[in-house]
Amino acid sequence: MSVAAESTAPAHASVTITNLHKSYGSVEVLKGINMTVEPGQVVCLIGPSGSGKSTLLRCVNMLETPNQGHIQVANHEVTDPDVDINALRQTIGMVFQQFNLFPHLSVLENCTVAQIKVLKRDKAQARDVALKNLAKVGLADKADRFPDQLSGGQQQRVAIARALSMDPQLMLFDEPTSALDPETVGDVLAIMRELADEGMTMLVVTHEMAFARDVADRVVFMDGGVVVEEGTSDQVIGNPQQPRTQDFLSRVLNPTGVGLEES
Amino acid sequence: MAISLRKKQQYSRWVQYALLIVLALVLIVVADWPTLIQQVFNPTIIADQFPEVLTVALKNTIIYTLLGFALGLTLGILLALMKISSVAPYRWLSTLYIELFRGLPALVVFLAFGYGIPLAFQVRFNSYVTVMLALGMVSAAYIAEVLRAGLQAVPKGQYEAARTLGMSHTRAMVTIIIPQAFRIVLPPLTNEVILLTKDSSLVYLLGMTVSQYELAKFGREGLSAAEAGLTPLVVAGFCYLIITIPLGLLARYFENKTKARSRK
Repeated sequence: MSVAAESTAPAHASVTITNLHKSYGSVEVLKGINMTVEPGQVVCLIGPSGSGKSTLLRCVNMLETPNQGHIQVANHEVTDPDVDINALRQTIGMVFQQFNLFPHLSVLENCTVAQIKVLKRDKAQARDVALKNLAKVGLADKADRFPDQLSGGQQQRVAIARALSMDPQLMLFDEPTSALDPETVGDVLAIMRELADEGMTMLVVTHEMAFARDVADRVVFMDGGVVVEEGTSDQVIGNPQQPRTQDFLSRVLNPTGVGLEES
Repeated sequence: MAISLRKKQQYSRWVQYALLIVLALVLIVVADWPTLIQQVFNPTIIADQFPEVLTVALKNTIIYTLLGFALGLTLGILLALMKISSVAPYRWLSTLYIELFRGLPALVVFLAFGYGIPLAFQVRFNSYVTVMLALGMVSAAYIAEVLRAGLQAVPKGQYEAARTLGMSHTRAMVTIIIPQAFRIVLPPLTNEVILLTKDSSLVYLLGMTVSQYELAKFGREGLSAAEAGLTPLVVAGFCYLIITIPLGLLARYFENKTKARSRK
């Protein structure tokens, strides 16, 4: 199976998750998840902490190994024990809550290292791709800086550029704005919105309800390792049917417990 | 009149400086300088030490240290990787080795390699091999722990980010984890080389010929000369400092350099 060879052909992948189970010891974190993401769709995973949404996301590129069930990305079985996971991961970009930029490499090198070492691109080409993506996140002028010279929001934008430089067919976002100062959250969300508009398939774990409401094609509410409710953002966020969803949303949207209901 | 707290702290500092100066003056006045120089810094005896203290003793100390460090670093890297391996028997072996060689006095290890093992197994090593084995195997235990701590000090997210970009385990270790770990371990690793330099003085236990004397042995042999006093040992001591002080400066230089690079 040559995943890398196809990475130029279909631009955006679908994701199909079937009956996914994951346990840590005796604690079952995911209790049979079924979910589909169509090519070009943006799906937001919301829910209380400990609900299993980050674990689910990390199963999609096998940072966590599920105990049971299947995940397909662009018709490749991620959960197949014989799959070349390194090749498959090249097509799946991931953005972490803590950025995880490589502190010993410059911003530019952060975006070129995997292109050169993994995709075997030559340095000039890798540099062009990296600068294009850095320009896209508005940080081309910071290419020669090191990560610890940047603000949190800038680091996260570099992390997005780093992932995009691999020309992924799918982007996973694991609470990308949770570690940011409030005033830098908007920049990161704006770039994610732009990606969504370009038709990137995105699976986003987030607490940003406004982003989920405005950008997501579908919203999935998880609690206790199961999908409690899913649908369009209007359905799930605007008019939730399940009591647990209603309870969660009222706490998130109105944390002080006073004021108007979300209209 | 009340004295402010800051004034009090100032006075207290002046009193401390004054005490130190008084102490130094007392030592200078009380010391029996002619005897002291005769016993410890005797110019004739100092001259007698050269050039052998450099051409033989210092050279041998450096050779023994380098031999020991070469084996210690190689074995240490192996042990550190075994210690963080997902294969349990590797971890057990590594732990066993480290606990054993870290727990035993270096003196005992030297005696074992010098006499115990040759007697028990009827083998006879070249003396340089014995030095390398004894120094290397002791330092490997410490170096392994330093390296393991360094590798584990690199946040787990770094490894995950590297793997997420499609890097293999080996590629992630070589390109992302080890360069970061190296920065972290450089200062403690320099410490290990300094300790190793001093431990090389135990080589005398193996019964060396004159041309194989290292600094400590050379200094002690020098004591038996007529009217030598302590001077030969003092000269040998200074020679150790010639090695260890630049090492410390080098470590600080590297530390500052890596810091400067990321703050440029």
